[in-house]
Amino acid sequence: MDSLTIIAVTSIITAGITIGFGAIGPAFAEGRAVANALTALAQQPDASSTITRTLFVGLAMIESTAIYCFVVTMILLFSNPFWNYFITQSGN
Amino acid sequence: MQLSPDEIVYWQLGAIKLNATILFTWCLIVIFFISAKILERSLRQTDKRTRWQNALEIIVLGIEKQISSVGLSNPRQYMGFLGTLFLFVALANLLTVIPGYEPPTGSLSTTLSLALCVFVAVPYYGIKQRGLKDYLASYTQPTIIMLPFNVIGEISRTFALAVRLFGNIMSGTMIIAIMLLIAPFIFPIVMTALGLLTGMVQAYIFFILASVYIAAATSVNNTQTLTQTHKSPQLIKQPQEK
Repeated sequence: MDSLTIIAVTSIITAGITIGFGAIGPAFAEGRAVANALTALAQQPDASSTITRTLFVGLAMIESTAIYCFVVTMILLFSNPFWNYFITQSGN
Repeated sequence: MQLSPDEIVYWQLGAIKLNATILFTWCLIVIFFISAKILERSLRQTDKRTRWQNALEIIVLGIEKQISSVGLSNPRQYMGFLGTLFLFVALANLLTVIPGYEPPTGSLSTTLSLALCVFVAVPYYGIKQRGLKDYLASYTQPTIIMLPFNVIGEISRTFALAVRLFGNIMSGTMIIAIMLLIAPFIFPIVMTALGLLTGMVQAYIFFILASVYIAAATSVNNTQTLTQTHKSPQLIKQPQEK
């Protein structure tokens, strides 16, 4: 295999692994957060506005870890710096 | 497939590029400027108000309430900076309902510059409220050993703020692009609606995180108030258990 093929294969496999593992953690965390928020809502319906607002902020914060993994995946797939470097090298 | 609106270049002269990010940011600035001029003309202090003034008052009072709920004591002082951040990000994300519009927040350069504004504003308000010496001493807060970690935290949270907004908006446009390839009939509309919700939530998150960072930098003696609030529930609880 030449270096371009190795880069392509490792980039694709790493992208899959990154988004897969990056989705697991936030999924569990969001499930726990929503479950606890529902319990809190059932116990204190009066505080629903505060709980919902805090829940949304918390969910977006948790989700951002998944978004980081997604950004890395997108960079690996669509604007891979190593790939671009070797393409320009072979072009010259 | 393009990752950000930076890659759509309309006009180029040497190193100077006019890409979609810059163009749509200018459009947003023009919209803000014109609407502010029109709204300013209709402002009155009498009872007979226009509906635009009522809308503006709802927005201003809402932002003020959110800032004070974070713990900043004098919200009007931070209104100019934090309110502009919220309104800019919210409008940039909401205008995706217009066809052909590319949200400038879907580019890392826009979000990073907004985050750098927060990065500068936090020490500015901190020094203004507490004085230079007191603010710098807050970096060595628990012990002097924590100094490098506090500095790293300051930088990494700025970067996280930028990547969070960029990633959310970029993933929204990316999902719509993928949906157009596999199911181009109804699903892109549903995803656009979801993207509008995410955009508003992200604008709120960006604004509230910036206010939390400023509140943390400006609050004096926050450790003392924390210990006081921790003590008081225990004092109330003990008689109840008996």
